[in-house]
Parts: sequence; C-alpha cells; structure tokens
Amino acid sequence: MLRAAAAPHYPSGMPAPEVHARLKGVTRIYGAGTSGTKLHALGPIDLDLERGEFFSVVGPSGCGKSTLLDVLSGLAAPTEGEVEFEGKAIRGVPDGVGVVFQEDASFAWLTVRDNVAFGLRRAGVDAAEVARRVDYAVGFMGLRDFANAYPSQLSGGMRQRVCIARTLVLQPRLILLDEPFGALDQQTRLLMGDELLRLWRETNATVLLITHALDEATMLSDRVGVMSARPGVFIDFVATGWPRERDSRIVSDAHFGAITARLWDKLRTESLKSMGTAP
Amino acid sequence: MTREGWIRLAIVAAVIALLEALCRTGLIHRTVLLPPSEMVVSLWHILQVGELDSDILTTLRNVLLSALVASFLGFALGAVIHAVPRLRHAIEPLLASYYAIPTFMFYPIFIVVFGVGAQAIIAIAVLLSIVAMITATLTGLDRIPPVLRKTAKVFRMSPAKRAVMVDLPAAAPYLFTGVKLTFAYSLIGVIASEFILSGAGIGYAIAYAYNNFNNQRMYGLMLLVIIVAVAANTALDAVDRRLQARLRR
Repeated sequence: MLRAAAAPHYPSGMPAPEVHARLKGVTRIYGAGTSGTKLHALGPIDLDLERGEFFSVVGPSGCGKSTLLDVLSGLAAPTEGEVEFEGKAIRGVPDGVGVVFQEDASFAWLTVRDNVAFGLRRAGVDAAEVARRVDYAVGFMGLRDFANAYPSQLSGGMRQRVCIARTLVLQPRLILLDEPFGALDQQTRLLMGDELLRLWRETNATVLLITHALDEATMLSDRVGVMSARPGVFIDFVATGWPRERDSRIVSDAHFGAITARLWDKLRTESLKSMGTAP
Repeated sequence: MTREGWIRLAIVAAVIALLEALCRTGLIHRTVLLPPSEMVVSLWHILQVGELDSDILTTLRNVLLSALVASFLGFALGAVIHAVPRLRHAIEPLLASYYAIPTFMFYPIFIVVFGVGAQAIIAIAVLLSIVAMITATLTGLDRIPPVLRKTAKVFRMSPAKRAVMVDLPAAAPYLFTGVKLTFAYSLIGVIASEFILSGAGIGYAIAYAYNNFNNQRMYGLMLLVIIVAVAANTALDAVDRRLQARLRR
C-alpha cells in the first residue's frame, strides 16, 4: 500500500522546493453577495504547487475542478482566501501563466499557423523568432500538413492540439490544462502526454492538469490531488515517485496499477456521492 | 453547380418560358403583362439610350447609403443593447414585434422632417432595415463561445482589443447575415419610397411609366430591379456561405 503524501519526496541534500503557486483557504461561491441562489462550488482549499512540479487534479464531475483552474489562473476571483503566483497575490491573469481549456478555443478566423503565432505576435516577438517557434510547435503537435488550414477543416482533436500549441509556444512558467486531451483518441493521448512531459522537462514549467482519466494523471504527474464531491476539497494527495525522465511506457511499471487503484479507491466513493447514490 | 442548383434554374427557366408562351399566344393580354423577351429588349434599350441612367444611379446610391447607415448604426445600437442587459430585456420584445408594424405609414413624418427627396427615402429605408442589423448583432454577440472570452483574458487583452480581435471576427458570420438583410430591406425601402416620395429613381420611373401607360419601360425597369436584387443577393450569399463554413462551430 502506498502512503499518502502532501508533496513529492526529494532526496536529502536537495534544496527545499520553492512554492511557485499557492492557494490558501480558497473558496468559491457562485451567487455570493446576492440575494439569489448560492452555489458553493469549491473549498476551502489549501494547495502549494512547487516550482517545476507536475500536479494533476482528479475528482468527480461537477466537483469544482474547472473552478479551481479559473481561480488559480486569475480568471475568477476567490470568494474567500488568497491566491499567489511567484509570491505575488493574483489579480487577473498574471504574466507567465498559460491555460488550455476543455472546450475548443481555437480562433476559427485564423489559420493554424496564425492561431499558434497569436500570443507571440501580441507579445511583440520578432517575426523570425515567431516563425521559428511556430514551426517547431506546429511540428511537434503533428499539424505541419495543416499549418495553413482553418480550424473548421480540422477534427476536434486537432483543434485542441492547435490550442495546446498556442499556449505552449509562449513558454509559460505555470501551465494550467483543463482536460486538454478529452477529445483525443487513446493513442494520441499517450503521445501528447509524452510531448507534454518533454516540454515540461525542457522548460521547467509548473503544470497543473485537470483530468478525468486516472491513468493519465498517474502517468504524467509527480503528485495527484483527489477532490471530493461538491464543494470540492482535496481529500488525498498521492505522490507517484516517478523519475523526471519518464514517458508513456511507465504504464507497464508495476507501481502504475497500484497508484491508479489507489486514486480510484478514493474517487469511487466521491463519484457515487456526486451521482446521489452514495451508500 | 449542385444538382439542386440545376433544378432551381430549370424551374425558373420553365416559368419564364411559360409566361412567354402565355403572352405570345394572347392568353395573357399585353396590357397585363409583356412577354419576358420584350422586357429584356426594353431593358437593353433603356440602358443603351441612357435616358434613365441618373434614376438608376440615384436608386443604387440611396440603397447603398441606406444599407451602410443601417449596418453601422444597427451594429452600434446592437452592441450597446447587448452591453446593458436591463435595456435589452426592456427592448427585445419591441424588436421582436417591430416588423409587424408597416413602417411606410410613417412617410408623412419623414416628409415633414426631411422634405421630399433623398433624405426622407434613406430615412425610411434605414428605419425598415436597421432592426435586422440590431437583431443580427445581438445574435452574433450571444453566440461568441464564452471560452473565447476566457482565452482573451488569458492573453491579457484589454476590452477594446478583445472586441476588435476576438468578438468581432467571432461574430462576423452573424453580422454579415445582418448586412445582407439590410441590403435587401434597403432595396425594398428605397424603391417603394420612390413611388410616393420622389421625383427621381427607379421606383419613380416605374410609377411614371405606369401612369403614362408605358408598359415597355415599366416592365424593363421592373426586370432591372429583379436583376439587381438577385445579383446582389447572390453575391452577398456567396460571401455569407463562405463565412458560415469557415467561422461557425
């Protein structure tokens, strides 16, 4: 049996990990401050993301995972509590944060290339550098043959890859992904997971991934947070103990099944609760 | 052309051929309707002689001006109404029943305000077409996926930048449908107004020909109106379909 852990284990002698993003006593209540219906979606939640950590969040449907991402990215203000990124309180989306949403967020009026270049051009990066980085991103996302196509000419999975490329090409220091691989087939998910791991290693970004797929969370993460049914709070943290140099072949590791089983053990009861069929 | 397109063309050709036959055999009297071939000859003559060029240009100019004013003003009003939900709740039922009111009945007011001439005609055409653009703008802004607004926030865009770089292109297919409708309504508004409010324009020329029993000219001009309306609508429709295919999700 694995032991629950609030943070990844580091060999002795390593410097203490630096907190990159922090949620402290965060709650989010929709309709708070009004006389109408209130919905307590999230919290209270405490979470420290360490610099360079790959953290995944799993939880039953409607438990507030996407709300957590909105609050951490600065897209939504918490009702109570504090949110910090790189030691500063968040007001709006801070520089250095990239978000990939669950829904198709590609710009239908721009080609794949222009979609991917969008943020770089806005940031005033010079044309040659934009071209170099866009070429690379379009290539690693397997979109080279579709660089001049419009999103309407692509499948849902390919459009999602455009959105991932558009975010990653900016080399954000904190990457927040809300079920980005939901529209992809299993093989592509594994390969995209590998690409994400490679980029994470290369850029040393901190990653928070929201996913329904327990195997995906286990394969990609240093640490997985399990959320309760709404209002979502963390009920368990599982450190995977994987080496930083890893890829999708880790699914054949004996340890892999045990971690996934542990996640499901915690999640099963919460999922039943969220469906109203708890024992 | 698609199979349906060929069928459509065949139906139109059959109706024209039938009318031609009915007119030529005398089953429809010449005082009622001219054979379509004679309408074509008459239109050709009108265009060649150039006697009515200024009327044709006046009408086309008024239609374009009306469509432009209605499109820009309708978009601006639609954007304001969309931005103020309370105003929208108050106004939307009025907009929904707007086309139940025969706008033309207000023509005496426009004559009092603008006098007889182009301004009154354009005002009536704008009044007739503007609500189509307001409604299209509201629909377009409603249909912008919320995730695009979130994306704009992640890219740290100001509201003005977001409006220009995200909202406007995302709503473009619906806005263009509005523009297409303003053109159609403007054409109706201008031609109809010219019958009663003008001493120039195609509508006036048709009415003048009718009052002087000049069937040749009247039908030639009617054919011109039909050709202009169909050609403009076909061109706008082609752009509309391209936009829909590219931009709608």
